[in-house]
Amino acid sequence: MVDSKQQWKAWIYLAPAIVLLLIFTVWPIINTLVMAFTEDYSSLSALGGKEFTYGIKNFQKVIEYKGFINCLKNTLLLCVLTVPISTILALVIAVCLNSIKFLQRFLQTIFFLPYVTNSIAIGMVFAAMFNIVGNTAADVQVVETVGIINNALGLFGIEPINWINAGSTYAANIAVMTVYIVWNALPFKILILLGGLQSVNKQYYDAAKIDSTPRIRVFTKITVPLLSPMLAYVVITGFIGGFKEYSSIVGIFGDKMGPAGDYGRLNTMVGYIYDSIKNHQGRASAAALILFGIIFIVTMINLSVSKKKTHY
Amino acid sequence: MKVELRNLTKIFPSRNKKVGGEVIAVNDFTFTIPDGTLVGLLGPSGCGKSTTLYMISGLQKPSSGQIFFGEEDVTELSPENRGVGLVFQNYALYPHMTVKQNIMFPLQNLKGADKLTKDQMLERALEAAKLVQIDDLMDRKPSELSGGQQQRVAIARALVKMPRVLLLDEPLSNLDARLRLQTREEIRRIQKETGITTVFVTHDQEEAMSISDMIVVMKTGIVQQVGKPQDIYDDPTNLFVAKFLGTPPINVFKGNVAGGKLYIGGAAVLDVPGVSDRDVTVGIRPEGFNLDENGALVCELSNVEVMGRDISIVSKNEASLNPVIRSIINSDSKIDATAKTVKYSLKPHKVFIFDAKTEERIHF
Repeated sequence: MVDSKQQWKAWIYLAPAIVLLLIFTVWPIINTLVMAFTEDYSSLSALGGKEFTYGIKNFQKVIEYKGFINCLKNTLLLCVLTVPISTILALVIAVCLNSIKFLQRFLQTIFFLPYVTNSIAIGMVFAAMFNIVGNTAADVQVVETVGIINNALGLFGIEPINWINAGSTYAANIAVMTVYIVWNALPFKILILLGGLQSVNKQYYDAAKIDSTPRIRVFTKITVPLLSPMLAYVVITGFIGGFKEYSSIVGIFGDKMGPAGDYGRLNTMVGYIYDSIKNHQGRASAAALILFGIIFIVTMINLSVSKKKTHY
Repeated sequence: MKVELRNLTKIFPSRNKKVGGEVIAVNDFTFTIPDGTLVGLLGPSGCGKSTTLYMISGLQKPSSGQIFFGEEDVTELSPENRGVGLVFQNYALYPHMTVKQNIMFPLQNLKGADKLTKDQMLERALEAAKLVQIDDLMDRKPSELSGGQQQRVAIARALVKMPRVLLLDEPLSNLDARLRLQTREEIRRIQKETGITTVFVTHDQEEAMSISDMIVVMKTGIVQQVGKPQDIYDDPTNLFVAKFLGTPPINVFKGNVAGGKLYIGGAAVLDVPGVSDRDVTVGIRPEGFNLDENGALVCELSNVEVMGRDISIVSKNEASLNPVIRSIINSDSKIDATAKTVKYSLKPHKVFIFDAKTEERIHF
């Protein structure tokens, strides 16, 4: 316990952080709340001293707008696809990395590179990899491919697929996005899980060896349960990150959020909020609150599930 | 199951390549552990006793030498196929499993003809738990158990698969003093009941003395002496063994032998016929002193501690290599605690003399 006479010192030390939090976090949150419930809000008329009425019209508008439902669907789909895939892949890679000695450091660095690379830049590289010739709405036929992915598939006798260009299917777009987001999410997850693995007491494995435990059982009965706090952490942060997906789509499809000819097809929640800020700040705020609500609920579900399954 | 170690050697390569030099953790260890006995590997830290244990378990491969279980050469066998039970120093209980799941874990790995049904496993687990008296704790997690209880769970887990050999690595070092006494009796009882050949590692000589059928005293990877606890105590082969066993520790003096007499600080304290003249180190067990008015060994009295059954006398002598001399005398003897000096005669069978240079025992 801090001596009560000394408390003012503690407050002084905390002050810089508190002031910054108040200005850049608390105040915007309050403003978002107010704006979400303010009808026909615009910052210009607010400056002009206009009187607003309050209500839930913004929320109604957001939910009735069919583009929003599309955004919600895209966001949920990407979350549900990418979080499990990236977590399982990261677990497998982390376990493999942890069990080798030769080149471990080197490979660790390689796997970590995506984390320190700009996601827009990665997106452009992915776009090039999945590209085909022809990029206009009229050019719907896949004539010839230049992307490395289609070239590689060609080696196995698979016809070139229109992944991201004009006329591409929704399924192909989502497949590309899934690959990209998983790849982008791996380094952080590998890092966390590898750290967890390295802190596991080696004696558990010695004990398992003495008891003639098959490797697969060691993995499912010892490694995974002992890693469960880290697994819960990467799943929860993975879902939160997934719901905020935006820049990855911009990276591949540009800020039109879709292939040429069907712009907005891959728009996400954050994309919708960003698009609305220009003209409909009230709706953007309402959508932000809805997104917050969804993330909150999903995180609560995650936490309550992991409480039962996690062994700290 | 008889366990035989033949010329077992373990060499660890140097970690620092620039400095070079390898560490010989265990050096040419040859010893046969008779079937059904409890053997203590005793020695100070870094003497290679744990390495020996891990080589028996298979977790470490010997650099040379062989290990036999009965007539079977298991040297190249991996730990999975040796059928040993190992209790780790800090137990290594799986923290996410209950006591029951921990004990049943080894049984669930059994394959082929040994495969058990769920009921059989439960029965075996309960049997093992009853043996170590934790059958009322089956649904707890290890974190909800005391150190002693965790220890028992670890022993039950090692015993449940009916190992050919049970190995215990410093089994008592994580327990408090009272629990240590109790648990070592418990280990003794369990070993007697199951009749499993058991090897345990300890640095505590009292622990090793009290429960082992046989003790192996080790120092810097080399076996110093093997034998029954009392035999080693009564007949140590060298100064190290004499010093390592016994509480209070043996009193050590600088001395010399001349004309068949042993001298400590100029006083002839004992006849040692047949020993040639030389400088020696003399070890006298605390119980090897008699209070004697005519005793030759005169010491400066510093303190008398009455402990009821015995009297412990702390005294000083210039020839002593220990800071003080501690003797234990039957409380029937009377001593004047205010006197300046105390005079002792010696019990010959409690006096050991060692060559001053080689520290090897000289029998007389």
